[in-house]
Amino acid sequence: MYGKKVKLRALFIFLIFTSLSLTSYLIFKSLEENVVYFKSPSDVKNLTVIKNKKIRVGGMVKLNSVNVSEDQIFFIITDFKNDLIVNFKGSVPNLFEEGKGVVAEGFLNDNNYFRAVKILAKHDENYMPPEVNQALKNN
Amino acid sequence: MINQFGNYSLLAAFFLSIYLVIHLSFLNNFKNFKTKPKVIGLLSVQCFMVIVSFISLLFAFIRSDFSNETVYNNSHTTKPIFYKISGTWGNHEGSLLLWLLVLTIFLLIFIFRSNHLSKKLTNLTLLFQEVIILGFLGFIIFTSNPFSVLFPFPKEGLGLNPILQDPILAIHPPILYLGYVGTSIIFSSSLAALVSNSINKLWVLEIKKWILVSWIFLTIGIMLGSIWAYYELGWGGFWFWDPVENVSLMPWFCLTALLHSIIVLEKRNQLHSWVLILSITTFALSMSGTFLVRSGILNSIHTFANDPTRGVYILIFLLILLVISIVIYFVFKKNIPEKKIQSFLISKEITIMTNNWFMMFFLSVVLIGTIYPIFLEVLDGSKISIGPPFYHKLITPFLIIFLVFMSVGPSIKWIKDKKFKIYYDQIFLLIISLTLSYLIIIKLGQSYLFSIPLLGISFYLFFQTSKDFLKKNLNLSQKISHFGFAILILSILLNGLLSKEFSSNMKLGDERKFDNKIMQFKNLETKNYSNFKSLIGKFEIIGENNKLIFYPEIRIYNQPLTITSEADIITNFISDNFLVFNVLKEDGYFNVRYQHKPLMLWIWISVILISLGGILRLFDQNER
Repeated sequence: MYGKKVKLRALFIFLIFTSLSLTSYLIFKSLEENVVYFKSPSDVKNLTVIKNKKIRVGGMVKLNSVNVSEDQIFFIITDFKNDLIVNFKGSVPNLFEEGKGVVAEGFLNDNNYFRAVKILAKHDENYMPPEVNQALKNN
Repeated sequence: MINQFGNYSLLAAFFLSIYLVIHLSFLNNFKNFKTKPKVIGLLSVQCFMVIVSFISLLFAFIRSDFSNETVYNNSHTTKPIFYKISGTWGNHEGSLLLWLLVLTIFLLIFIFRSNHLSKKLTNLTLLFQEVIILGFLGFIIFTSNPFSVLFPFPKEGLGLNPILQDPILAIHPPILYLGYVGTSIIFSSSLAALVSNSINKLWVLEIKKWILVSWIFLTIGIMLGSIWAYYELGWGGFWFWDPVENVSLMPWFCLTALLHSIIVLEKRNQLHSWVLILSITTFALSMSGTFLVRSGILNSIHTFANDPTRGVYILIFLLILLVISIVIYFVFKKNIPEKKIQSFLISKEITIMTNNWFMMFFLSVVLIGTIYPIFLEVLDGSKISIGPPFYHKLITPFLIIFLVFMSVGPSIKWIKDKKFKIYYDQIFLLIISLTLSYLIIIKLGQSYLFSIPLLGISFYLFFQTSKDFLKKNLNLSQKISHFGFAILILSILLNGLLSKEFSSNMKLGDERKFDNKIMQFKNLETKNYSNFKSLIGKFEIIGENNKLIFYPEIRIYNQPLTITSEADIITNFISDNFLVFNVLKEDGYFNVRYQHKPLMLWIWISVILISLGGILRLFDQNER
């Protein structure tokens, strides 16, 4: 039979191994569930299946598209190819403005209508989220 | 003129640094007693040169010398003098110069304190540290020289991003950097101790001071950033799991683990390899923090202007340092004293190792959440972001177990404690805590699976750490830090559970009703300042038996043209009332957001308590 020491060591290695694999399993499972994909209005247009999953949409706030009522804001995100109507309840960041870049987080109703739960802030008037920059370049 | 002075001074420091690296490599461990004063002299000269270039950059900012490109990009004549000064390190070039300045000063402090350390250890630490300094000097001079000249020079600068024109953000980077740079001494000194075979008590006591210093500054630095985000960004939260925030949290987890495991090394002469690995990791994380923030790789809403070539330089530099340290680790592994010490299951050693396990777990979660989007983008080009739910879901269940260990761990004795005994007062306390938590959660109508145990165990930790003050055997600094941590967790949880929010779009004179309260938009006035125009609103929130008046502000900065919102926060020990408003469109609508945030002040107080414990330990006379 094995000695006590060997058994203890084996137990120790086993514990480390299980905790490691459990940890990585949990992390990657949670990662899968909580990833938020970034899409441009054109990507949204081309979607065939609308899932009830949180996404981010980025582009420019279309000129003359902002419409404010007491408790809601409507505006259009455009990548100069396709438009997406956004409806939002809540507070907007400082630099939310027509003709400027914007990133909205929320859920799609259909290919044309987006319910935003969050409008993301930026710090810099020249700053454009890399995704928006990329999306605009692609088009 | 002064500008060129700073430039040449920096170049001179670079050549001196090359000389120092060569000199220190052939020093033969200070065998000759005359060499040490000479090295001190050279290091002082190097430090002086860096100070000179830092001061000349400072002057360029104060005098608005726009022939300097850095000043042109980040300053403006109408900016208040305070922000001209803080603008010196509010940009990439200047902040690196600050890194360098702290590096050279810390190295001088190290050599002055090194008399009781072995000569070989001192020599090697200086050498490794000097290599890091050389790397930074090269980085600054070749990729981000703060003294680049513009010709013909412009009459006016581009201005500092208004959101950075803030007193707290003026001191946040220096404090954070003091923490980051401190980890470089820990790194160099650990490698030196390994090579020179001097992992002993003297070294541990010295390195413990540096761990404490870095940890204190990092803790306070993170808190300052968080306070700033709370009132300046207008979101009302204090932690957003944003990549830029995460990179400062990762070295903190590592340092906290190190802070605990170094005690095991000191008292029980165990965990040598682990302490070394942690030292290397902490520094690597601090460096990669700078890399990730500055490279623009991070997909963060915080990211400021940046340049990828710079990131590549830091990345290569970091990789070289890592490869060197891994090689050193395996070549000199035989120097690690290997003692067969049996650890008993119920002992302080084991509880501290448990603490380390949890720190590493939290670190891995944050690390993966931060870099996974980068990998995915490189792999298949899809752009993703990972939000708070990821972190909350993974951290919450483990936090519960962690807090259990934290409640009982500190009172367990070294080596071997008595067989597990049931303490009835403990169980009584636990039952009270869980009941309290149950009542609160039920009252709020929350039904989260984890809320009740998490809140319950936080109360339990709070009671335990308060009770610890009555015990004599534990040291005061630990009691204060752990008590602070208990308050931190408790106030974050209660704050999250009890916070209320109301937002609406209002015109001047409008009135809104919510939760038995009435919010009125009373007044709007305009004021002109030297570098911005200000719209000050007056809002009243009338509750059943109280009335709150807020004066939030919208600032329109002229250079660069930027709009910022300054929230008005009414603070007391029970709760914060937070109101911020924003311009929506020219048609008179303003976006108004009111938040009621209980126990907000206690989050900051608790972090101050946590660091206070560290400061007390630093000056503890018994520690020698």
